[in-house]
Amino acid sequence: MAGSDLVMYEEEFKQIDEELSKLHEQANAKLTFVVDKNGQLITVVGETENLDTTSLASLTAGNIAATGGMAKLIGEKEFSILFHEGERDNIHISIISQRVILVVIFDQRSSLGLVRLRVKKSAEALSNIFNRILLKVEKEKGVKGETKSPFAEITEEDIDKLFS
Amino acid sequence: MSFINYSAREINCKIVYYGPGLGGKTTNLQYIYKKTSPDAKGKMISLATETERTLFFDFLPLALGMIRGFKTRFHLYTVPGQIFYDASRKLILKGVDGVVFVADSQVERMEANIESLDNLRTNLTEQGYNLDAISFCIQYNKRDLPNVVPVEEMNRVLNPKNVPWFEGVAKDGRGVFDTLKEVAKQVLMELKKAGR
Repeated sequence: MAGSDLVMYEEEFKQIDEELSKLHEQANAKLTFVVDKNGQLITVVGETENLDTTSLASLTAGNIAATGGMAKLIGEKEFSILFHEGERDNIHISIISQRVILVVIFDQRSSLGLVRLRVKKSAEALSNIFNRILLKVEKEKGVKGETKSPFAEITEEDIDKLFS
Repeated sequence: MSFINYSAREINCKIVYYGPGLGGKTTNLQYIYKKTSPDAKGKMISLATETERTLFFDFLPLALGMIRGFKTRFHLYTVPGQIFYDASRKLILKGVDGVVFVADSQVERMEANIESLDNLRTNLTEQGYNLDAISFCIQYNKRDLPNVVPVEEMNRVLNPKNVPWFEGVAKDGRGVFDTLKEVAKQVLMELKKAGR
Protein backbone atom coordinates (compact mmCIF):
# COMPACT_ATOMS: atom_id res chain seq x y z
CA MET A 1 0.00 0.00 0.00
CA ALA A 2 2.68 2.45 1.04
CA GLY A 3 4.54 2.21 -2.22
CA SER A 4 1.74 2.49 -4.75
CA ASP A 5 1.89 5.88 -6.39
CA LEU A 6 -1.16 7.27 -8.10
CA VAL A 7 -0.51 7.79 -11.79
CA MET A 8 -2.86 9.48 -14.21
CA TYR A 9 -2.69 8.92 -17.97
CA GLU A 10 -4.05 11.11 -20.75
CA GLU A 11 -6.70 8.65 -21.91
CA GLU A 12 -8.27 7.98 -18.51
CA PHE A 13 -7.95 11.62 -17.54
CA LYS A 14 -10.16 12.54 -20.49
CA GLN A 15 -12.69 9.88 -19.55
CA ILE A 16 -12.86 11.15 -15.96
CA ASP A 17 -13.25 14.69 -17.19
CA GLU A 18 -16.10 13.67 -19.52
CA GLU A 19 -17.87 11.75 -16.77
CA LEU A 20 -17.54 14.70 -14.40
CA SER A 21 -18.88 17.11 -17.03
CA LYS A 22 -21.87 14.84 -17.54
CA LEU A 23 -22.52 14.67 -13.81
CA HIS A 24 -22.07 18.43 -13.50
CA GLU A 25 -24.71 19.03 -16.14
CA GLN A 26 -27.21 16.38 -15.10
CA ALA A 27 -27.05 17.22 -11.40
CA ASN A 28 -27.32 20.97 -12.04
CA ALA A 29 -24.20 21.38 -9.92
CA LYS A 30 -22.00 24.43 -9.41
CA LEU A 31 -18.84 22.42 -9.15
CA THR A 32 -17.83 18.78 -9.34
CA PHE A 33 -14.36 17.45 -8.60
CA VAL A 34 -12.40 14.31 -7.88
CA VAL A 35 -9.68 14.15 -5.22
CA ASP A 36 -7.51 11.25 -4.24
CA LYS A 37 -7.71 10.19 -0.59
CA ASN A 38 -4.41 11.90 0.17
CA GLY A 39 -5.78 15.27 -0.84
CA GLN A 40 -4.38 15.60 -4.35
CA LEU A 41 -6.87 17.21 -6.71
CA ILE A 42 -7.32 15.04 -9.80
CA THR A 43 -9.71 17.11 -11.87
CA VAL A 44 -12.43 19.72 -11.50
CA VAL A 45 -15.40 20.85 -13.63
CA GLY A 46 -17.53 23.96 -13.06
CA GLU A 47 -17.39 27.44 -11.55
CA THR A 48 -13.85 27.59 -10.17
CA GLU A 49 -13.29 31.36 -10.33
CA ASN A 50 -12.25 32.82 -6.98
CA LEU A 51 -12.15 29.35 -5.50
CA ASP A 52 -9.06 27.82 -3.95
CA THR A 53 -9.51 24.30 -5.32
CA THR A 54 -6.18 23.02 -3.96
CA SER A 55 -7.19 23.83 -0.38
CA LEU A 56 -10.68 22.54 -0.98
CA ALA A 57 -9.20 19.23 -2.13
CA SER A 58 -6.90 18.96 0.87
CA LEU A 59 -9.68 19.74 3.35
CA THR A 60 -12.03 17.28 1.63
CA ALA A 61 -9.47 14.53 2.13
CA GLY A 62 -8.98 15.62 5.74
CA ASN A 63 -12.71 15.49 6.22
CA ILE A 64 -12.99 11.98 4.78
CA ALA A 65 -10.01 10.85 6.83
CA ALA A 66 -11.52 12.23 10.04
CA THR A 67 -14.95 10.70 9.48
CA GLY A 68 -13.25 7.46 8.42
CA GLY A 69 -11.47 7.47 11.78
CA MET A 70 -14.81 8.02 13.52
CA ALA A 71 -16.35 5.16 11.53
CA LYS A 72 -13.65 2.73 12.68
CA LEU A 73 -14.16 3.76 16.30
CA ILE A 74 -17.81 2.71 16.15
CA GLY A 75 -17.09 -0.44 14.15
CA GLU A 76 -17.99 0.79 10.65
CA LYS A 77 -15.65 0.30 7.70
CA GLU A 78 -16.16 3.83 6.41
CA PHE A 79 -18.88 6.44 5.90
CA SER A 80 -19.15 6.39 2.14
CA ILE A 81 -21.34 9.50 1.83
CA LEU A 82 -21.05 12.86 3.62
CA PHE A 83 -23.37 15.78 3.17
CA HIS A 84 -22.85 19.35 4.37
CA GLU A 85 -25.74 21.78 4.20
CA GLY A 86 -25.15 25.51 4.05
CA GLU A 87 -27.36 28.57 3.71
CA ARG A 88 -26.74 28.86 -0.02
CA ASP A 89 -24.42 26.07 -1.07
CA ASN A 90 -24.27 22.42 -0.13
CA ILE A 91 -21.53 19.82 -0.49
CA HIS A 92 -22.08 16.16 -1.29
CA ILE A 93 -19.02 13.95 -0.80
CA SER A 94 -18.76 10.27 -1.67
CA ILE A 95 -15.99 7.70 -1.74
CA ILE A 96 -15.39 5.79 -4.96
CA SER A 97 -13.58 2.46 -5.13
CA GLN A 98 -12.32 3.14 -1.58
CA ARG A 99 -9.62 5.22 -3.17
CA VAL A 100 -10.89 8.50 -4.61
CA ILE A 101 -13.40 11.08 -3.45
CA LEU A 102 -16.14 12.58 -5.62
CA VAL A 103 -17.39 16.00 -4.54
CA VAL A 104 -20.44 17.87 -5.83
CA ILE A 105 -21.18 21.45 -4.77
CA PHE A 106 -24.69 22.63 -5.55
CA ASP A 107 -27.20 25.35 -4.64
CA GLN A 108 -30.99 25.79 -4.86
CA ARG A 109 -30.93 25.12 -8.60
CA SER A 110 -30.53 21.45 -7.69
CA SER A 111 -31.62 19.19 -4.85
CA LEU A 112 -30.05 16.54 -2.63
CA GLY A 113 -32.24 13.86 -4.20
CA LEU A 114 -31.13 14.69 -7.72
CA VAL A 115 -27.47 14.90 -6.71
CA ARG A 116 -27.60 11.56 -4.91
CA LEU A 117 -29.22 9.89 -7.91
CA ARG A 118 -26.72 11.26 -10.42
CA VAL A 119 -23.73 10.63 -8.17
CA LYS A 120 -24.75 7.00 -7.86
CA LYS A 121 -24.72 6.60 -11.64
CA SER A 122 -21.43 8.44 -12.12
CA ALA A 123 -19.78 6.58 -9.26
CA GLU A 124 -20.10 3.34 -11.16
CA ALA A 125 -18.55 4.76 -14.32
CA LEU A 126 -15.75 6.48 -12.40
CA SER A 127 -15.08 3.35 -10.41
CA ASN A 128 -14.54 1.43 -13.66
CA ILE A 129 -12.13 4.06 -14.96
CA PHE A 130 -10.06 4.05 -11.75
CA ASN A 131 -9.91 0.27 -11.78
CA ARG A 132 -8.56 0.44 -15.33
CA ILE A 133 -5.90 2.93 -14.19
CA LEU A 134 -4.81 0.62 -11.39
CA LEU A 135 -4.50 -2.28 -13.84
CA LYS A 136 -2.51 -0.11 -16.19
CA VAL A 137 -0.13 0.99 -13.43
CA GLU A 138 0.42 -2.63 -12.42
CA LYS A 139 1.07 -3.58 -16.04
CA GLU A 140 3.57 -0.75 -16.54
CA LYS A 141 5.40 -1.90 -13.44
CA GLY A 142 5.76 -5.29 -15.03
CA VAL A 143 7.50 -3.94 -18.13
CA LYS A 144 9.93 -1.68 -16.35
CA GLY A 145 12.58 -0.20 -18.54
CA GLU A 146 10.44 -0.01 -21.66
CA THR A 147 8.32 2.92 -20.49
CA LYS A 148 10.79 5.06 -18.64
CA SER A 149 9.47 7.52 -16.09
CA PRO A 150 10.41 11.14 -16.83
CA PHE A 151 12.03 11.22 -13.40
CA ALA A 152 14.50 8.45 -14.09
CA GLU A 153 17.06 11.02 -15.26
CA ILE A 154 16.64 13.69 -12.55
CA THR A 155 19.96 15.17 -11.46
CA GLU A 156 20.89 17.03 -8.28
CA GLU A 157 21.29 20.08 -10.48
CA ASP A 158 17.61 19.88 -11.50
CA ILE A 159 16.63 19.84 -7.85
CA ASP A 160 18.97 22.71 -6.93
CA LYS A 161 17.35 24.80 -9.65
CA LEU A 162 13.96 24.45 -7.95
CA PHE A 163 15.29 26.28 -4.92
CA SER A 164 17.40 28.93 -6.60
CA MET B 1 2.62 8.46 -2.20
CA SER B 2 3.29 10.90 -4.99
CA PHE B 3 0.72 11.64 -7.66
CA ILE B 4 2.05 11.76 -11.21
CA ASN B 5 -0.36 13.29 -13.70
CA TYR B 6 0.89 12.67 -17.24
CA SER B 7 -2.08 14.49 -18.68
CA ALA B 8 -1.54 17.76 -16.82
CA ARG B 9 2.24 17.11 -16.66
CA GLU B 10 2.32 17.54 -12.93
CA ILE B 11 3.87 15.77 -10.02
CA ASN B 12 2.57 16.22 -6.47
CA CYS B 13 4.40 15.09 -3.35
CA LYS B 14 3.38 15.17 0.30
CA ILE B 15 5.74 16.23 3.06
CA VAL B 16 4.75 16.07 6.73
CA TYR B 17 6.33 18.10 9.56
CA TYR B 18 6.22 16.02 12.74
CA GLY B 19 7.38 16.71 16.28
CA PRO B 20 6.39 17.55 19.85
CA GLY B 21 3.86 20.26 20.69
CA LEU B 22 5.06 23.87 20.47
CA GLY B 23 8.26 22.74 18.74
CA GLY B 24 7.90 25.04 15.73
CA LYS B 25 6.28 22.94 12.98
CA THR B 26 3.68 25.57 12.15
CA THR B 27 6.34 28.29 12.43
CA ASN B 28 8.38 26.47 9.74
CA LEU B 29 5.41 26.55 7.37
CA GLN B 30 4.61 30.16 8.21
CA TYR B 31 8.17 31.20 7.38
CA ILE B 32 8.12 29.29 4.09
CA TYR B 33 4.79 30.93 3.28
CA LYS B 34 6.16 34.38 4.10
CA LYS B 35 9.28 33.96 1.98
CA THR B 36 7.76 32.32 -1.10
CA SER B 37 6.68 34.44 -4.06
CA PRO B 38 2.88 34.69 -4.44
CA ASP B 39 2.82 32.81 -7.76
CA ALA B 40 4.55 29.78 -6.22
CA LYS B 41 2.26 29.26 -3.26
CA GLY B 42 -1.38 28.66 -2.53
CA LYS B 43 -3.24 29.70 0.58
CA MET B 44 -1.93 28.41 3.88
CA ILE B 45 -4.69 26.62 5.75
CA SER B 46 -4.42 26.27 9.53
CA LEU B 47 -6.97 24.23 11.41
CA ALA B 48 -6.11 25.55 14.85
CA THR B 49 -7.77 26.17 18.19
CA GLU B 50 -8.59 29.67 19.42
CA THR B 51 -5.22 29.75 21.16
CA GLU B 52 -3.47 28.96 17.87
CA ARG B 53 -2.56 25.40 18.76
CA THR B 54 -2.83 23.11 15.73
CA LEU B 55 -6.04 21.11 16.01
CA PHE B 56 -5.95 18.97 12.89
CA PHE B 57 -3.28 20.18 10.45
CA ASP B 58 -1.68 23.11 8.64
CA PHE B 59 -1.49 22.86 4.90
CA LEU B 60 0.68 24.78 2.45
CA PRO B 61 0.83 23.94 -1.27
CA LEU B 62 4.07 24.99 -2.97
CA ALA B 63 4.75 24.98 -6.71
CA LEU B 64 8.50 24.98 -6.93
CA GLY B 65 9.01 24.92 -10.69
CA MET B 66 9.56 22.50 -13.53
CA ILE B 67 11.59 19.33 -13.57
CA ARG B 68 11.92 17.61 -16.93
CA GLY B 69 8.81 19.40 -18.18
CA PHE B 70 6.73 18.45 -15.16
CA LYS B 71 5.29 21.03 -12.76
CA THR B 72 6.66 20.02 -9.37
CA ARG B 73 4.36 20.62 -6.44
CA PHE B 74 4.93 19.92 -2.77
CA HIS B 75 2.08 19.78 -0.31
CA LEU B 76 3.41 20.59 3.15
CA TYR B 77 1.44 19.44 6.18
CA THR B 78 2.05 19.71 9.91
CA VAL B 79 0.54 17.42 12.51
CA PRO B 80 -0.87 18.53 15.86
CA GLY B 81 1.97 17.91 18.31
CA GLN B 82 -0.03 17.50 21.50
CA ILE B 83 -0.10 13.90 22.69
CA PHE B 84 -3.87 13.46 22.77
CA TYR B 85 -4.26 14.24 19.06
CA ASP B 86 -2.70 10.92 18.03
CA ALA B 87 -5.68 9.80 15.94
CA SER B 88 -5.33 12.94 13.80
CA ARG B 89 -1.60 12.46 13.41
CA LYS B 90 -2.12 8.97 11.99
CA LEU B 91 -4.53 10.31 9.38
CA ILE B 92 -2.15 13.00 8.20
CA LEU B 93 0.66 10.50 7.66
CA LYS B 94 -1.41 8.67 5.05
CA GLY B 95 0.23 8.87 1.65
CA VAL B 96 3.32 10.68 2.93
CA ASP B 97 6.44 10.94 0.74
CA GLY B 98 8.81 12.62 3.17
CA VAL B 99 8.97 13.53 6.84
CA VAL B 100 10.69 16.39 8.68
CA PHE B 101 11.06 15.93 12.42
CA VAL B 102 11.14 19.30 14.16
CA ALA B 103 12.77 18.76 17.54
CA ASP B 104 12.63 21.32 20.36
CA SER B 105 16.23 21.91 21.52
CA GLN B 106 15.34 22.99 25.06
CA VAL B 107 16.58 20.68 27.83
CA GLU B 108 13.14 20.30 29.35
CA ARG B 109 11.65 19.17 26.00
CA MET B 110 14.04 16.27 25.35
CA GLU B 111 11.64 13.75 26.78
CA ALA B 112 8.85 15.13 24.57
CA ASN B 113 11.17 14.83 21.56
CA ILE B 114 11.90 11.19 22.29
CA GLU B 115 8.24 10.41 22.84
CA SER B 116 7.20 12.14 19.62
CA LEU B 117 9.88 10.38 17.58
CA ASP B 118 8.77 7.00 18.98
CA ASN B 119 5.21 7.96 18.12
CA LEU B 120 6.26 8.83 14.55
CA ARG B 121 7.94 5.46 14.12
CA THR B 122 4.91 3.60 15.45
CA ASN B 123 2.39 5.54 13.36
CA LEU B 124 4.46 5.14 10.19
CA THR B 125 4.71 1.41 10.77
CA GLU B 126 0.93 1.25 11.15
CA GLN B 127 0.59 2.83 7.71
CA GLY B 128 3.03 0.37 6.19
CA TYR B 129 6.06 2.66 6.12
CA ASN B 130 9.47 2.33 7.73
CA LEU B 131 11.09 5.42 9.22
CA ASP B 132 14.52 4.07 8.29
CA ALA B 133 13.55 3.77 4.62
CA ILE B 134 11.40 6.84 4.02
CA SER B 135 12.73 10.30 3.01
CA PHE B 136 13.51 11.86 6.37
CA CYS B 137 15.50 14.66 8.00
CA ILE B 138 15.63 16.37 11.39
CA GLN B 139 15.65 20.02 12.41
CA TYR B 140 16.93 20.98 15.88
CA ASN B 141 14.84 24.07 16.40
CA LYS B 142 15.06 26.97 18.85
CA ARG B 143 18.87 27.08 18.84
CA ASP B 144 18.71 30.74 19.90
CA LEU B 145 17.40 29.89 23.36
CA PRO B 146 19.81 29.78 26.34
CA ASN B 147 18.90 26.35 27.73
CA VAL B 148 19.52 24.16 24.69
CA VAL B 149 20.94 20.65 24.60
CA PRO B 150 24.26 20.45 22.66
CA VAL B 151 23.77 19.25 19.08
CA GLU B 152 26.07 16.25 19.66
CA GLU B 153 23.84 15.11 22.49
CA MET B 154 20.68 15.61 20.42
CA ASN B 155 22.17 13.59 17.59
CA ARG B 156 23.17 10.83 19.98
CA VAL B 157 19.67 10.56 21.39
CA LEU B 158 17.42 11.37 18.42
CA ASN B 159 19.51 10.53 15.38
CA PRO B 160 21.36 7.24 15.80
CA LYS B 161 21.09 6.52 12.05
CA ASN B 162 22.70 9.89 11.29
CA VAL B 163 20.09 11.16 8.84
CA PRO B 164 20.65 14.72 7.53
CA TRP B 165 20.00 17.28 10.30
CA PHE B 166 19.95 21.04 10.60
CA GLU B 167 20.11 23.59 13.37
CA GLY B 168 17.17 25.94 13.20
CA VAL B 169 15.58 29.08 14.54
CA ALA B 170 12.31 28.75 12.66
CA LYS B 171 10.88 32.09 13.74
CA ASP B 172 13.82 33.87 12.06
CA GLY B 173 14.03 31.41 9.19
CA ARG B 174 17.36 29.87 10.14
CA GLY B 175 17.57 26.34 8.76
CA VAL B 176 14.00 26.38 7.43
CA PHE B 177 14.74 26.24 3.71
CA ASP B 178 17.79 23.98 4.19
CA THR B 179 15.49 21.48 5.88
CA LEU B 180 12.79 21.71 3.21
CA LYS B 181 15.33 21.42 0.43
CA GLU B 182 16.89 18.32 1.96
CA VAL B 183 13.62 16.45 2.33
CA ALA B 184 12.43 17.54 -1.15
CA LYS B 185 15.70 16.32 -2.62
CA GLN B 186 15.31 12.94 -0.96
CA VAL B 187 11.72 12.62 -2.19
CA LEU B 188 12.68 13.44 -5.78
CA MET B 189 15.63 11.06 -5.64
CA GLU B 190 13.22 8.33 -4.53
CA LEU B 191 11.09 9.08 -7.60
CA LYS B 192 14.20 8.74 -9.69
CA LYS B 193 14.91 5.32 -8.21
CA ALA B 194 11.30 4.25 -8.74
CA GLY B 195 11.38 5.43 -12.34
CA ARG B 196 14.35 3.36 -13.35
